[in-house]
Amino acid sequence: MKTPALPEEDLHAYADGQLPAARASEMAAWLEQDPAHAEDLQRLRAWRAQNRALHAHYDPVLEEPLPPRLAAAVLAGASEPHRRRDEGHEAPANGPRWWRYAAMLLLTLTGAAGGWLAHDLSAGSRARNALATGPAVLARQAAVAHTVFSADLRRPVEVGADQEQALVTWLSRRLGVNVRAPKLAPLGYDLIGGRLLPGQSGPVAQFMYQDAAGQRLTLYVSHDQVQNRETGFRFAQEGKVNVFYWIDGQFGYALSGGIARAELSRIASSVYEQLAPVAPAPAR
Amino acid sequence: MFGRTARLQRQQRERQADEQAMLACLPRLRRYARALTGARESADDLVQDTLERAWQKLDSWKRGSDMRPWLFAIMHNLHADQRRQPALVTVELEQAAEATAPQSAAEQGLALDLEAALQLLPAEQREVLLLVVLEEMRYEEVAATLGIPTGTVMSRLSRARERLRQWMEGPGGRSEAGSTLKVVK
Repeated sequence: MKTPALPEEDLHAYADGQLPAARASEMAAWLEQDPAHAEDLQRLRAWRAQNRALHAHYDPVLEEPLPPRLAAAVLAGASEPHRRRDEGHEAPANGPRWWRYAAMLLLTLTGAAGGWLAHDLSAGSRARNALATGPAVLARQAAVAHTVFSADLRRPVEVGADQEQALVTWLSRRLGVNVRAPKLAPLGYDLIGGRLLPGQSGPVAQFMYQDAAGQRLTLYVSHDQVQNRETGFRFAQEGKVNVFYWIDGQFGYALSGGIARAELSRIASSVYEQLAPVAPAPAR
Repeated sequence: MFGRTARLQRQQRERQADEQAMLACLPRLRRYARALTGARESADDLVQDTLERAWQKLDSWKRGSDMRPWLFAIMHNLHADQRRQPALVTVELEQAAEATAPQSAAEQGLALDLEAALQLLPAEQREVLLLVVLEEMRYEEVAATLGIPTGTVMSRLSRARERLRQWMEGPGGRSEAGSTLKVVK
């Protein structure tokens, strides 16, 4: 069978699946049947091998947990320019308070906080909604524990920071793994202590921090995340409580506080960096 | 009061939607940046710069349209700016490419050789190849994203693929007429 020469553009489009079906099948037939196209066929195969190799090599990046600084760049960036834009219409509102007001207002208007969790999770991880229910539970439990204990003026913690070593030893023993209380003093939050709580399937540690104004943050640490895949940074909101949470191996972490998301995200990044296991040397 | 409430509510919704759209693009931006720069840290730096720039010029994004090409265009511009600064290095890398082209790849070693070969391509060719192959953009979309004619997309794509093929197949591989590439043992 004598067949016409194949334009190079069509050969690329064929390799990339960008040809209309009719043209593609015509090309397929010519390439297979006409020995005159042997070299084209060889190039086509090489290109397709390149395509497969590129996907095989770089697609795993899609599954990596998102680095906190990038998640923070999405979330933190949101407040600034928008606010600037808003200022054209009305007197500039006090940053964090404005944000919280808007968030609370919206919560009131939309009703259940559960809807917010689901909303945040669904868009963040396209096809993995089913898996995401696990981590979402972690965020919710952490937020509830935060609300219950951070509001307790007289006895917010079981063991105070004055006995930090004893606290850490005790919690490590009960969780069956070494846990640490990250240092947040450089960010203005001092450890005031911690407590043991029941989690989904075992004990959970809660560390509590406080700034000079009495604003409290809690870090919820679980070690029973056997079914959850690792996640990047995620954000959830339960009532007035903002939560950043992530899964790292069997550890689940959730940092909760009634402070603006951007600020909480900055602190969460620090927690993440302090608690992340030492990464293996990159293979380069 | 109600008008203000409604506006706040709408703005809040829009912001949430923008954030979610951006978060959804984040894994792809990272993949592309990793392949483009070849190094994890500088790739994530590029992604971070892209996100920051995106928020700054959010007004230039048409709400409701696909955010992905817009973000990739921002990343392309930032990367091009970065490249423009150390102009000498580009030349040196080009020459280094010929001296250190990877050896013929065994099946197992293909990926590593691929990574090295990819970084040896001129950035303009690498961008086109990655947008076509990894992002699976149509040629017209690639042209719009990079701000070049579709014909240029095709010629860069063609050169990128042929160069990779020569490097990865080694001296036994077919060589296009006019190529002066030599693989040094």
